[in-house]
Amino acid sequence: MDRFEYDILIIGAGAAGLRAAIEAASYNPKLRVAVISKVYPMRSHTVSAEGGTAAVLKEYDNFDLHAWDTVKGSDFLADQNAVELFVKLCPKEIIQLEHWGCLWNRDKKGKIDVRAFGGMSVKRTVYAADKTGFYILHTLFQRSLLYENIERFDEWFVTSLIIENNRFCGLTAINIKDGSFHIFKGKSVIIATGGAGQIYAFTTNATINTGDGYAIAYRAGIPLKDMEFVQFHPTGIPGKGLLITEAARGEGGYLLNNEYERFMKRYAPEKMELAARDVVSRAMYFEILKGKGFKGPYGDYIGLDIRHLGSKVIEEKLPTVKEMAEKFAGVDPLKELIPVRPVVHYFMGGVHVNINTESPVAGVFSAGEAACISINGANRLGSNSLSECLVFGAIAGRNAAIFASEHDFCNLPQESIIKEEKRIFEGILKRERGIPQAEIKYELKRVMDEKVGIIRNEEGLLEACSKIIKLKEKFKNVSVEDKSNIYNTDFINVLELDFMLDVAEAVAFSALYRRETRGAHYRNDYPNRNDEKYLAHTLIYKTNGEPRIEYLPVVITRWKPVERKY
Amino acid sequence: MPEAKIVVKRFDPKTGKFYNKEYMVPYSKDTMVLDALIYIKENIDRDLSFRYSCRMAVCGSCGMVINKRPALACETPIAKLTQPVYIEPLYNFPIIKDLVVNIDDFLDKLMKIKPYIIKKTKEPEEEHIIFSEQQEIFRYASVCINCLLCYAACPVYSSDEKYYGPAALSLLYRYYMDPRDEGKEERIEIASNKDAIWKCTFVGECSNVCPKGVDPAFNIQRLKIIVSTSILKSLILPKLK
Repeated sequence: MDRFEYDILIIGAGAAGLRAAIEAASYNPKLRVAVISKVYPMRSHTVSAEGGTAAVLKEYDNFDLHAWDTVKGSDFLADQNAVELFVKLCPKEIIQLEHWGCLWNRDKKGKIDVRAFGGMSVKRTVYAADKTGFYILHTLFQRSLLYENIERFDEWFVTSLIIENNRFCGLTAINIKDGSFHIFKGKSVIIATGGAGQIYAFTTNATINTGDGYAIAYRAGIPLKDMEFVQFHPTGIPGKGLLITEAARGEGGYLLNNEYERFMKRYAPEKMELAARDVVSRAMYFEILKGKGFKGPYGDYIGLDIRHLGSKVIEEKLPTVKEMAEKFAGVDPLKELIPVRPVVHYFMGGVHVNINTESPVAGVFSAGEAACISINGANRLGSNSLSECLVFGAIAGRNAAIFASEHDFCNLPQESIIKEEKRIFEGILKRERGIPQAEIKYELKRVMDEKVGIIRNEEGLLEACSKIIKLKEKFKNVSVEDKSNIYNTDFINVLELDFMLDVAEAVAFSALYRRETRGAHYRNDYPNRNDEKYLAHTLIYKTNGEPRIEYLPVVITRWKPVERKY
Repeated sequence: MPEAKIVVKRFDPKTGKFYNKEYMVPYSKDTMVLDALIYIKENIDRDLSFRYSCRMAVCGSCGMVINKRPALACETPIAKLTQPVYIEPLYNFPIIKDLVVNIDDFLDKLMKIKPYIIKKTKEPEEEHIIFSEQQEIFRYASVCINCLLCYAACPVYSSDEKYYGPAALSLLYRYYMDPRDEGKEERIEIASNKDAIWKCTFVGECSNVCPKGVDPAFNIQRLKIIVSTSILKSLILPKLK
């Protein structure tokens, strides 16, 4: 067992983690920053983001409008002070990335171009073809190589946070390459581990998105916030769940039912296909329910029509859409409809942090999809999440650096380290003969898809909660068949499943107790928004039994909740 | 469902031995090699190790050699392959376990080419003004996902691990071409290193296997022209004075 010591520890090397690392490293070159990730940085799921990243850059646009769109999109659950801060900082981050080499598409005057996106009143989504996440990630990763005080631990898996007297002390991690267990002492930590789409079967998320950061925070006593709000992206490829970007509709694509009708006119007459994602996904779901979907081998689907955009627009602005349609849906989008279905895409909820990215535990910060500040409330607008990673990644990096400058290391409590080592190496790794992790994983995914999906109700959620509790019991009999040390992914998958079960618990219980409909959380037994009771964030705490739920009022500065129409 | 015969070349780090293992995997027209490997791991051999993540050919994790050709497992349909499908770890890298290779050498090479904008003058307040024409001519070279199929296909790298290799040199070209970059001289110096562009023998296998159309072979030839021109200039220009 090695003991490493760094001023700032960053868990996750996607957009938020890398942006934070660069900010912390440049805040004070004497501070030593460790970036710990279970994959190499360029494998992080940011790479899959396609459509774009929002910022007010054009003279026709303004901060109030971006803030209003975001607040309305959130179904009034976003904290408005955080949204106001966010929109003001987005342009600076976009320009910063431009200076670092990001290849944003350009307009005719040579300035950064913008495209239309769902829920945004005007064109304000900055993009780099439809590989925006790829460009952001590689730009940040390559830029991060300049800072000598950033050290990376690639393919290291963090298993727990060490906290004493409400103060962060360090963390435990496994080096995947040789299976060894280590301690990282740190003054501050930033959780930037992304989302948890893998608790569902049908998801756009990469297989690494198992919600590790949510689980380690939750286990360390930090509440998770608004976990019931799971975004369904309207356009996933049936079967695999892979993403067709919203930019396909932003550039003018239509959604058609089996009568070739642009049915969105009945659900969102003004914005049509570019209404907020929760609205479009539900509309598609209802069309399919009414028998108006096309028949396909993976169930009924809706048609995404981009034929009329022509080959020039598709080649220049949507090359990935074409590639995905051809490779993974087997259709030529210039001639055929692309089959799509709503698919689990993004977690609005996350580690409970404030506008400064601070959690209730001193020294623990969080940013990106892992965090819930909240600027996204009950439904995130497309292209706000990459911007969120940049804006709040930078804030987290700076604040974690300030914290590390003002505090000393604290002594590591030995008991919690020994306990964690035992949990993993005696409890999990040594267990002889048991059920394979995949069996429980698929049971979990099934119940989440069926009962905690796009349409929810009391009965289904109760069933999901009790099923998850049963699966957690069953997990005690999971075994690792591969007993070797070197690159043992059977072992890592079991640790991930353990985390996924905690995340699923937080999602299902939060959903059960929110007896209203708001944004992405649609309850057919409570079909209306209830501002009197639920204009509040859910905070869920881990206990030895069922989790404990509390509510925290939403911060409202300027925009009183009104009915939401698109 | 029909079954495909898949042979995986496995490596056991404990014994240091390679061995081939045969599996039968059900498949449809949508089953990719990655799906088959996941099936094997979940249903047959839980100790099979391989990397994967995005499933959509952009994270670059699942590079391996499939029927003797470097490819991404997530976008290679079983139905289009000759059986038995033979799967090996990426060539030219040290093997950690089964299909997992050590890619640290690439990361060292990436560092060598300075994969970031070098700026000597003050940054503008706003964005640089760049026209699409200036940018789109090298965009293709910027979309490298670091999957390293090109290193597995490169005959030069296979016998000379000091060679910077196709992906790193392509990125060097990408930054050289960037109108914002002010490190042209440094980049020409990097390109002129004895382990850089002059080692490339223009076999072109890198470009053949690249899943993203980066065309490293072409980019390296472009760098050769750029470096040659700069040498010529330095020889001729003083005389012209």
